[in-house]
Formats: sequence, C-alpha cells, structure tokens
Amino acid sequence: MPSNDERWLDAEAGPVVRPYALTQGRTRHTGASFDLVATVMATHARVADPTSLAPEHMNVLQLARAPTTVADIASDVDLPLGVVRIILADLRELGLVAISTPVARAERIDSHTLREVLNGLRGL
Amino acid sequence: MDYGAYDPAGGQPASPPPPRAIKILLAGGFGVGKTTLVGAVSEIKPLRTEELLSEGSLRTDRTEGVEAKTTTTVAMDFGRISLRRDLVLYLFGTPGQQRFWFMWDELAIGALGAVVLADTRRLADSFPAIDYFERREIPFIIALNCFDGARRYAIEDVRMALDLEPGIPMVLCDARSRESSKEVLIALVEHVLATASQEAVSGIA
Repeated sequence: MPSNDERWLDAEAGPVVRPYALTQGRTRHTGASFDLVATVMATHARVADPTSLAPEHMNVLQLARAPTTVADIASDVDLPLGVVRIILADLRELGLVAISTPVARAERIDSHTLREVLNGLRGL
Repeated sequence: MDYGAYDPAGGQPASPPPPRAIKILLAGGFGVGKTTLVGAVSEIKPLRTEELLSEGSLRTDRTEGVEAKTTTTVAMDFGRISLRRDLVLYLFGTPGQQRFWFMWDELAIGALGAVVLADTRRLADSFPAIDYFERREIPFIIALNCFDGARRYAIEDVRMALDLEPGIPMVLCDARSRESSKEVLIALVEHVLATASQEAVSGIA
C-alpha cells in the first residue's frame, strides 16, 4: 500500500481539491440561469455570518464589488465556470449579489449597438 | 430651483451603469490559431470550464472504459476588448468539434455572431462549426488563417471546398497580427449589420 509520501500531488496530478468539492458536490445551481457575460454586482448587504461563507465565496463576493461578468470572475478566481456559477447562485440566494443580463437572451443585437461596436473596433 | 443635484444617498457618488457586454464566438479546430487571434486583438485571460458530460455529449463521446469520468475540462480562449467605458466586447474561442456543441449552445445565446477560423491545410476541421452556425442561423464569417509557408489557395477554391453559401463572407487573415485580427472582427460586424438590414427590407416587402 503506498504511503502518503509517495503520492504525487504536483500540478500534473490535477487540483488537490476537486473543483466540485467546493460546491458540496452540486453541479447545478439554483434559481434562474444567467449568461456568461451577465453583469454581477455585489449588493453591499451585510454578510450575516461571514464564517458561513467559504473562502471561495468571499473571493467571488470581493470581485463583484465593482460590476463585472460571470466569465471575468471565473477567470480571475481560476475556477471552472460551472463551480463559479454555483457560488454565484449561492450568493444571490443570500441576497449578496445581483445578476442581470444586459441583452435580452433570445433577441438579436440591434443595429444601433452593432454600429457602436463597429466604430469602436475601427477606433482601436 | 435646481433639484438635479439632490442626492438622497447623502453625497455618495452613484456607481456608473455596468458596461454592455457583447459576445463574439470564435470556432475552429485545434491548432488553427484561435488563441493567437484572441491574444493579438484583446486582453486574453484564462478560462476553463469543467462541465458535466450532458446526455447529448455522451451520445457522441466514446465513454466506454471511462465510465467513472463524468466531467470534462475544456479550456476556452477568453478575451476582452474595452471599446468604450460602457461597451465591452468578449471573445470566446471554443474547440470546433461536435462534442463541444453543448458549450456552444449556451455561448451562442445573445451572441453578435461567430468567426470560423480555418486552415487551408485542414479545411475539414471547420465543417462542424460551419454546419452548427448554419443550422442555428447564427451569422458567421470564415477567416482563413494564412500560415507561413501554407499554400495560398484561391478564395473561390476554398469557398467551393467548404460548400459555402454565397452570402457568407470569407476573409484572409494573419492571426498573429493585431491589425489583421481586428479586420476579421470588423468584417463579422459588417456582415451582421448587412444581414440585419436585408432582413428589415425583406420584412417590409
């Protein structure tokens, strides 16, 4: 039987804690779904019991102090998107973040916005 | 009397409205230059997704012998371009294979459009992406990445090889060049605008 010393726990072995361990094994989040570029913003409500939040939840909350997106947060905390979504849904349930999708999901982007994007790109 | 400056919050500056976020998809086979293009034109950031293999992907993924594996890790090319303080463009580069379509389904919702990055040496790699965007009526263009030493094909030959609809633009690019990659994105937005105004016209007729 291999002893603990013989275990390889370098980066090649993958994360020491599997990402979904952070979510107690949950792979689906609660509540309404949100887009990768949905805006996330902390509500600045007081955290009733800070010890109830995992460090990852606190990190995400910290990043959402200024408006940001789901994808930006996932990139900044370096956790898979699925995990970040569950953390965000937890925070939303606690009333700590608000998540809104700027563009109506099923709608095409209007011509006015398209022209703004075009001008923006040309001006880069 | 001017009430405009009255601030019930007691002098706290109101935070500016969050910027509008626009999504553009970049699809193409492995090694075609997606990461290079995103890096050339935007602030590239790491983004990974550890997704449960959905039933849809289980059907196409060969999972015999790896029954214990229920999640798959996919690294995405993720880039951000701040066009203005209130307008941000997000690029999502995803592998073109059919087994990643479950990711695209979500990425495609509300997206401006897509760029299929193609390599003339491996044109077949772009078939699934073209097929995907055609079926879901997501506006897209083809960008041919002209690798050093790669034989330059006539655009018309490539169009034929890809069996492209006449209305789909194809541009040549050098994914390493910021200017060239920018032109690719411009070509996509112009195509989407043209398509939108055509639809408006035919809607009246």
